[in-house]
Amino acid sequence: MTETLAPETENKTKRRRRKTPMARSESRFGVALILPAVLVVAVLVVFPLLWNVSLSFQKARLIDIQDVSILGADWTTKNYDTVVGVRDFWPVLKTTFIYTIGGTILSIFMGLVAAMSLQKAFRGRALVRGVVLFPYVVPVIAAAFVWQVMLNPQFGIVNEWLGWFGIPAIDFLRTRSYELSVFGLFTLTIPLALTTVIFFEGWRYFPFAFLFILAALQSMPKDVDEAAYVDGATLSQKFRYVTLPALLPVISVLFLLRFIWTFNKFDDVFLLTGGAADTEVITVKIVDWMIGRGNVGAAAALGMILAAILVVVVGLYFKFFYQEDEA
Amino acid sequence: MTRAQFEERFFGTLKWISIVFFTAIALFPLLYMLALSFKPIQDLLLDPGKWWPTLDQISGFETYRAVIRPVSEGGFGFLTFIRNSSIVAISTVVLTLSVGILAAYSVARVNFFGRQAVSVGMILVYLFPVVIVAIPLFVMFSRMGLRDSLYGLIIVYLASTLPVTLFMLRGYFQSIPVELEEAARVDGLSRLGVIRKITIPLAAPAIAAVALYVFMIAWNEFLYALLFILEKRELWTLSLGVNQLNSQEVPKTMLMAGSVIISLPIIVLFFAAERFLTEGLTAGGVKG
Repeated sequence: MTETLAPETENKTKRRRRKTPMARSESRFGVALILPAVLVVAVLVVFPLLWNVSLSFQKARLIDIQDVSILGADWTTKNYDTVVGVRDFWPVLKTTFIYTIGGTILSIFMGLVAAMSLQKAFRGRALVRGVVLFPYVVPVIAAAFVWQVMLNPQFGIVNEWLGWFGIPAIDFLRTRSYELSVFGLFTLTIPLALTTVIFFEGWRYFPFAFLFILAALQSMPKDVDEAAYVDGATLSQKFRYVTLPALLPVISVLFLLRFIWTFNKFDDVFLLTGGAADTEVITVKIVDWMIGRGNVGAAAALGMILAAILVVVVGLYFKFFYQEDEA
Repeated sequence: MTRAQFEERFFGTLKWISIVFFTAIALFPLLYMLALSFKPIQDLLLDPGKWWPTLDQISGFETYRAVIRPVSEGGFGFLTFIRNSSIVAISTVVLTLSVGILAAYSVARVNFFGRQAVSVGMILVYLFPVVIVAIPLFVMFSRMGLRDSLYGLIIVYLASTLPVTLFMLRGYFQSIPVELEEAARVDGLSRLGVIRKITIPLAAPAIAAVALYVFMIAWNEFLYALLFILEKRELWTLSLGVNQLNSQEVPKTMLMAGSVIISLPIIVLFFAAERFLTEGLTAGGVKG
């Protein structure tokens, strides 16, 4: 076949009849280009995901890892019994949800406030916008360790600041629960280490929400704004009745993405607390099953549970919150 | 004063407080990290409020020297880790771009059966928990002898950055006018020639942004490195090196110096290309 042009329109009319030789060569070209990418993902992501299913039904130990086969000899649900049977299974699940929802909401709220503040141009805005993204781009390991040092009860700066107000040193990352006295009126018991970890998530991921919300704010039509002004709406009314409804699609997409990614997150909690003081989330537990206890099968089983919960939650999201016109 | 006027003033002030607040929380931890990488821990224990180092504490770069020095000379061998991290990150960028550009072009421009399915499949893969993939990969690599090697790490990073690359580049490729490509075909370029001489040069800003992202992801990665190469110290990347400094026996000054070393290249790159990155991020949505 001679080299000819294959514009999209011409193709479409021809496809309705039979596949032309040209369309077939186009198809071959497309497949050839994408093949390497598909192979890489198939071998390194899809195949392992399937293997994980089989692993979760086999007896697989870290020490005899060389003998673990792909399909395994005798399938058993023992791994699932083991994983669900341990005392801290339900507490870990609860922690995971509090951590995920808390971190997601806090990061989106902070991102919203930051985006609203930086919406209008001022001198130096470009610089501030760049600096505000730091928490998101800094390597997680550096971020986690600088937080550890800042929160250290002996020499950390945060406790030094608390000291100015006469508050005794607090070990933020190792205190399970803390009695917070509210103006001497009543006391609140808060899970301190977990709350601290949630604040870390808020701090680290608000730039992500900030960028998306800022982009949405800046693409909003000006005339609605002006109409609200002419109608005499105050700033808070304008936010409540104009801006917020217009931002809802972006916010709900952000909520979904951040929920999924926080739910799957391992590094942050592992590096900050190692899962101590009631901060152990399901991913940290999975790595603990695998490396700490050398039980690969149990790790795989818990991984399956993680994936199942994720699928259910995302399914519910699409059933109840997703509208066609979104984003 | 009417309610409208009051709100104008109230939120006008609040806006500046918020700008100062967000700048401070983003910047302060990094300044603190930098300062404490020079400040001897004994001094800090005497007065935690005085965290900034004196000039002669800075001038020697003592902690940095100790962190970089090879283990045989009593240091922590960070020079090796810097080298390993660079090899891994740069190889990942080169591989991901070569595979990703072709794939993104295919999905953006070529009609073939299953094109939609591939796009959707890639995005789904991108949402799946990394830990679940890590367990079987760990078993697989152990059996293939790919564990304890940088090659294993590089191909895992290739697989985990491909979906982002595809997603981000596809959108950009679609925004290039198709007439340009058609004109080049008429002038006698082959289809691959079009990609090389027309698409890639026109998409250079997007490709640069993606390259930086992939670099950052590979440079910052911790979980796979922990699972795959922990047992061979000479293969450690910077994240494992910094993690090792987090122990009771090592002064926090060293830990902060290590943290500065791993963060500095990222911050420099980020400032060099901030504009591309923010545009690329909102176009593709990047995993964090």
